Amino acid sequence: MSEHHEHTVLADDPRLKLVDRAMKRLQYQPDALIEVLHTAQESFGFLSRELLAHVAACLKLPESQVFGVATFYHFFTLRPKGEHSCIVCTGTACYVKGSGEIVHRLEKELQVRAGQTTADGKLSLGTARCLGNCSLAPMLTIDDQVFGPETPIGAETKVRQLLEGSDDKS
Amino acid sequence: MSAITLTLNEELVTARQGQTILEVAREHSIHIPTLCYLEGLEEMGGCRLCMVEVQGSARPVPACITKAQEGMVVATDSETITEYRRMIVELLLAERNHTCAVCVQNGSCELQTLAARLGVDHVRFDYLHQQLSMDASRERFALDHNRCVLCLRCVRTCDAVEGAHTWDVRGRGVTSRIVADLDRPWGESVSCTDCGKCVQLCPTGALFRKGATVGEMVKEREFLMRLLERRRAIQGRQS
Repeated sequence: MSEHHEHTVLADDPRLKLVDRAMKRLQYQPDALIEVLHTAQESFGFLSRELLAHVAACLKLPESQVFGVATFYHFFTLRPKGEHSCIVCTGTACYVKGSGEIVHRLEKELQVRAGQTTADGKLSLGTARCLGNCSLAPMLTIDDQVFGPETPIGAETKVRQLLEGSDDKS
Repeated sequence: MSAITLTLNEELVTARQGQTILEVAREHSIHIPTLCYLEGLEEMGGCRLCMVEVQGSARPVPACITKAQEGMVVATDSETITEYRRMIVELLLAERNHTCAVCVQNGSCELQTLAARLGVDHVRFDYLHQQLSMDASRERFALDHNRCVLCLRCVRTCDAVEGAHTWDVRGRGVTSRIVADLDRPWGESVSCTDCGKCVQLCPTGALFRKGATVGEMVKEREFLMRLLERRRAIQGRQS
């Protein structure tokens, strides 16, 4: 799977200031790692290797330990998010109504595993356990729009339309 | 240090306050199987093979991290405990690809010895058949994830004994893997000092010397206690 890294020099990135400021505020305490990673992900959208190495060096922590923490918690992501996102609810109500098949269909047809981003960086497919719209089960969100009750084919069509739409614009 | 008395396999024994059940048992030549535990490294109670029964406790407790207490009644073996231990070894065998016949550690592997000792002659669980990678990018040593049991001896010795902390664990659960630095190939690790401690302490053939072929990897573990003793002596001189 190809990775889409932003090839910017980290030192010149204005977003880095936010991370550096957070570390300074926390007095470079090694046990402030998780808080610093939160700020880093908020600023950059994801945690690049470069960024993790920077945080490790500043907090005087082993790189492998920082990497371990960043990969242990599901909240942190090491890959940039796709241009668009589709989140299928797999909470109990949606699951019973067949959201599993929606996820399977999208995974198969769009060649992306749930929780990951397509190779072209266009779409991130995710699942969530209950988005609080059980009356629409099975429901999903595409970017910020809510759809439901949805079918596997319907979901695929909507996502394809969205992706083709963004192709036209570019 | 005050002495305490406890019952170990129906025998009254004395121990020092602060000793773990495992330490007391070993002092009295009672065998408790272990895998992640290694004298000299910080105990972590991860593998659960040293589970023992303590009277009054609803569930078994890991002997390596449970302190012996006055009046404790401990049984280090029972049908239930043996069954649990067997299950643990079977689950370890099913999780990755432990193929003894092609392993450098064949014949001197701690997992293999445990399985033999516990009479594990088959695995009742479906093998995961994970296709895991191997990292042979380091000049002298290699890491085969297929044989790793995540005992974390390498992580602990690299951190506490060598002080490099090259190794740590990525992810969680069944996707956990040992990683060097920021999940770099081991050969590109800048923190690794090539000391080989992790290789010598690895209980299986996951970490091995390059060039070793089937059954050729014999690990030398005495250095650990020697080193720690030397260190204590030096610290005593300095203080």
